[in-house]
Amino acid sequence: MDVVIDLAAATLRVATPLLFAALGEVYAERAGVLNLGIEGTMFIGALTGFLVGYVSQSVWLGLLAAVTVGVLAGALMGLLTVTLGLNQHVSGLGTTLLATGLALFVYRLAFSAPSVQPKSPAFSLLEPPAALGPFASLFKQYGLTYVALLFVPLTWWVLYRTTFGLNLRAVGENPEAADTAGVNVFRVRYAALMIGGALMATGGAFLSLAQLGTFTFGIVAGRGWIAIALVIFGSWHPLKVFGGALLFGALSALQLRLQAEGVAIPYQALLALPYLVTILALAVAGRNTSYPAALLKPYRRE
Amino acid sequence: MLRLKLEASAAPAWQRGLIPILAVVVTFALTAALVVLARANPLEAFYYFLIEPFTARSTAIEILVKTTPLLLTGVAVAFAFAAGYYNIGAEGQLYAGAIAAAWLGPQVSGVPAIVAVPLMLIVGFAAGALWALPPAWLKARLNVDEVVTTLLLNSVIVFFASALLNGPWRDPISGWPQSPEIAASAHLPVLLARSRLHLGALVGVAAAIAFGWVLRRTAFGLRMRAVGLGREAARFMGVNVARTTLIAALVSGGIAGLAGVSEVAGIHYHLIESISPGYGYSGIVVATLGGLNAVGVGLAALFIGLILTGALEVSRALGVPSYLGDVVQATLLLVTLALLLLSRYRLRRV
Repeated sequence: MDVVIDLAAATLRVATPLLFAALGEVYAERAGVLNLGIEGTMFIGALTGFLVGYVSQSVWLGLLAAVTVGVLAGALMGLLTVTLGLNQHVSGLGTTLLATGLALFVYRLAFSAPSVQPKSPAFSLLEPPAALGPFASLFKQYGLTYVALLFVPLTWWVLYRTTFGLNLRAVGENPEAADTAGVNVFRVRYAALMIGGALMATGGAFLSLAQLGTFTFGIVAGRGWIAIALVIFGSWHPLKVFGGALLFGALSALQLRLQAEGVAIPYQALLALPYLVTILALAVAGRNTSYPAALLKPYRRE
Repeated sequence: MLRLKLEASAAPAWQRGLIPILAVVVTFALTAALVVLARANPLEAFYYFLIEPFTARSTAIEILVKTTPLLLTGVAVAFAFAAGYYNIGAEGQLYAGAIAAAWLGPQVSGVPAIVAVPLMLIVGFAAGALWALPPAWLKARLNVDEVVTTLLLNSVIVFFASALLNGPWRDPISGWPQSPEIAASAHLPVLLARSRLHLGALVGVAAAIAFGWVLRRTAFGLRMRAVGLGREAARFMGVNVARTTLIAALVSGGIAGLAGVSEVAGIHYHLIESISPGYGYSGIVVATLGGLNAVGVGLAALFIGLILTGALEVSRALGVPSYLGDVVQATLLLVTLALLLLSRYRLRRV
């Protein structure tokens, strides 16, 4: 029983940064922009959170700074793909390369060759009430994990129950019609990218400010790409994306456990699994994959 | 009074030729802030970036050494992009070629170099093409978006390489995650004495020339460009879109595979986890900067090679972190993309 609860707790921890990033990507893609800047946005979010936390000795200022940088990264994507209407793949990869390069540059500038890994203050685990008995350890999580969980129904509500969400989806499906109906396509896409960027950077900051309390060059390690996979796997729906993130979290938690017990499966095989499953899912769904119809298409007013 | 207006028609050739130069100027203006942040003089930094590497034999040759994998991945990406196939998987295909080279290399110790070296290149090309096959097939048959599938496969093969290097291929004596050294006969011959410049550079030039020739002088190249301009229109013209896409994607993967062979058999002589510091992604930068044509890609590869070499000089001389090179590369990509918009307009007097 304890093992199961421990695994469930670990699942939530692993899923948290993926959930932030994937929900951020849902906003962008539902508005018609594939944001491949996600990996770089998470990376620079992780660095900013750590660095500002380190300098100010405040986790909250660190988090705030990370969110700000995420919004800026989203705005950059907006400038490239919405205002200028450039190719979304190349703009996104360019944004990732730029954000990653900037983060590495700033880190090296701040700590030229540290002999001891610099540490920032970190969020601590919330202490659950003892009344929960054996389930207490399941709820021993970082506050940010609860925030991520909260963002699942919140994103669903925003997308499906608010005017902004309706406009956002309209812009991602048929921008011409949305424009005719009086929706400002450019403004909605910018908003989606900036909200998305904030969530992605928060995912990165979770890694540095909660899980590690420091910053390493391999801190994000492809989680942005996994989030891209989760979004497709979850067919652009926040609840299904949540399911995918939990599934991946469970697999990773299991893999960590097996590794700790010395089971001889190369752990890389399990790391590669979500990628392969997503490709398989895409192959099976084939032509039926329901991409947002205007994804990858820049919008111009004639 | 002189009145000008912007008109939406292709800019004259002389204006388009100025775009790369303008892009470099804008990029350095934007990144100057970072140099100042590092308490260095931007002009001095740009001297070390762009001029200093040419002043010594060793660094001048090093530009070409760095250019080699960039030229190969750049041509690989351009080949696919020209056919409208967005292969983001050059990084993974490079790893496939590198793994194949590390697998074959130690086994050809008795074979003369004249046989072993071509064999290495063929096997690496095949491995790259093989790794490019699943996304290409999915695109051609089921119209599954290749951007996501090629991107995801990059991570998969990096994990695979890591599993090999930390498992069966781990160095039994030192315990380092590096594969057994390849046979001397499998080494790509060094072109210039006392340097690391190797045959891979010529393979890259050959690939670029072949790319230019196929694209401009063959019926297949014409079909590729037709598909690149519009799949539906190409189909209407009677082009077999699925087959053209598949072939372009596989050749692209194969050329990226050659970049992997080039790094293993020309530089390191074994596989290591960091065999590529993102050459596959830089290939996208090179292909885009080079305007998807052979000469442009060659020049762009040289320029990015210079940037990577220069970044080390700036770091050594002025203490500016060498990651400045990555920032310059990414900024240059985005600025060039933005400026290419200008080539769609021309200034007219009214």
